[in-house]
Amino acid sequence: MKSFFNYISEILRGIWTLLVGMRVTAKYFFTPWRNVTQQYPENREKLVLADRFRGEVVMPHNENNEHACTGCGICELNCPNGSIEIISKSIVTEEGKKKRIIDQHIYHLGMCTFCNLCVKTCPSDAIVMAQTFEHAHWDRASLTKILNKPGSKIMDGVKE
Amino acid sequence: MAELKEIIISSDNIKTDEYLVNMGPQHPSTHGVLRLLVKLEGEIVHNVQPHVGYIHSGIEKMTESLSYTQIPHLTDRMDYLSAHMNNEAVVCVENALEVEVPERVKYIRTIMAELQRIASHQLWWCATGMDLGALTTFFYGLRDREDILDIFEETCGARLTLNYSLPGGVMFDIHPNFQNRVKTFIKKFKKILPEYDELLTGNVIFQERSKGIGVLSKEDAIAFGVTGPSGRASGFSCDVRKHQPYSAYPLVKFNEALGTEGDTFRRYQLRIAEMWESMSIIEQLIDNIPEGDYTAKMKGVIKLPEGEFFQRVETARGELGVYIVSDGKKNPYRVKFRSPGFSNLFAINHIAKGWKIADLVAIMATFDLVIPDIDR
Ligand code: SF4
Ligand code: SF4
Repeated sequence: MKSFFNYISEILRGIWTLLVGMRVTAKYFFTPWRNVTQQYPENREKLVLADRFRGEVVMPHNENNEHACTGCGICELNCPNGSIEIISKSIVTEEGKKKRIIDQHIYHLGMCTFCNLCVKTCPSDAIVMAQTFEHAHWDRASLTKILNKPGSKIMDGVKE
Repeated sequence: MAELKEIIISSDNIKTDEYLVNMGPQHPSTHGVLRLLVKLEGEIVHNVQPHVGYIHSGIEKMTESLSYTQIPHLTDRMDYLSAHMNNEAVVCVENALEVEVPERVKYIRTIMAELQRIASHQLWWCATGMDLGALTTFFYGLRDREDILDIFEETCGARLTLNYSLPGGVMFDIHPNFQNRVKTFIKKFKKILPEYDELLTGNVIFQERSKGIGVLSKEDAIAFGVTGPSGRASGFSCDVRKHQPYSAYPLVKFNEALGTEGDTFRRYQLRIAEMWESMSIIEQLIDNIPEGDYTAKMKGVIKLPEGEFFQRVETARGELGVYIVSDGKKNPYRVKFRSPGFSNLFAINHIAKGWKIADLVAIMATFDLVIPDIDR
């Protein structure tokens, strides 16, 4: 008889613990304003990403199509996986001096691990991290980017 | 005809045999590409043979060609749920160079590590619930983890692969909102954590499936080198934060949660207890972060003196050991990571024998395996 009562009380206790758990889910069911679900991609416009978020390396240009990159190659040296290739070229300045400047700053987004070391070590702060995040592409070639825009040149006053 | 009938009825003549089942590499409860070759008789587990290496990425070998500033970003990818604690192993480099890091850095690192521990245990909690058939927990756990990831995103610039600790300090100073956000999170999570207990801990189905299952004795825990919450649930006091304190751990008061039973349920409870402890550690530090630099002055090219260096840190899964052999150049000669997941995994065969295959899932869940940590 005793074991029968134990059996019944076990069942009742079991049902009780299930109800305790259901109380939590019911609480959230009836207070929908506590829910945190977001409708992506519908809310794309309203999404705010932290300003330090590391999405992609970019090189900011000012309105005269000028950047701050000297082509020193320090970012290339510091990149752990060879995502950056610096191709520099020699030019002759107006004063007749020979000078090396950046030709192409090639960035392989597909290889980048977003470690921030290139941005941190760049002596002239020429590159920054952009807050982009939708990086899916149909074609792998489109992940290789040239960061300095065509026809761009170095800003005045950048220490070389 | 009569003879045939006799043969069928008499069970003595039925031949049973062991058979092999591949659990994984694509099994939802292994949480990654881990393959367990399970020898079964009916539903009873006779032997579990782990086959590792499916996502071996050669991190130890890769470090040999990287500089000491570049290595931390690879450690993010070992145990990605304890990314900050793995990064924190740069303490090894700092000790080797005898660099004194600013107090501020120590505080920031410790707070970050404890936040990371909570986030990791939250994900473990929701995955454990899901493995045992409670899908609801998965949504609740991920919802709360999101708050921590947002804090990381704001200060470290990434949500999972933080790369926040570098030799000498941290990547950025803390964000101006950091302290407020952490405090808001702690306040909120203190209300939510009891809900975890209501939802899963007390649940009769969960208790029946975890109490007394897969008992790991203290001796075995030590013999197999099971560290972290899984080892402590068996009474093996192995918390590096207590025994060899680093960063700001000497300054805080906290209890090392210990158990004696060593069963699946105790391992579960212990992680919940650790979340409370982590919150109390953060509370002790968050208001007292000293002013100062966020990084010590380091040379552009870090060269370690010749010799061997070792440092242990406590990740969410146990003890991570970093062993560096340096020949005085700018790259290490050899690096070895003693990852907690690898040692913990091999205790499973010992304790799962004789239990049902469904219990094997419960045991694995409370060992909290992260596969890249095992394979690295
Ligand atoms: S981006 Fe910076 S580090 Fe890289 S080449 Fe240009 S100036 Fe040098
Ligand atoms: S973020 Fe890191 S991996 Fe990416 S390009 Fe810069 S240094 Fe290389």
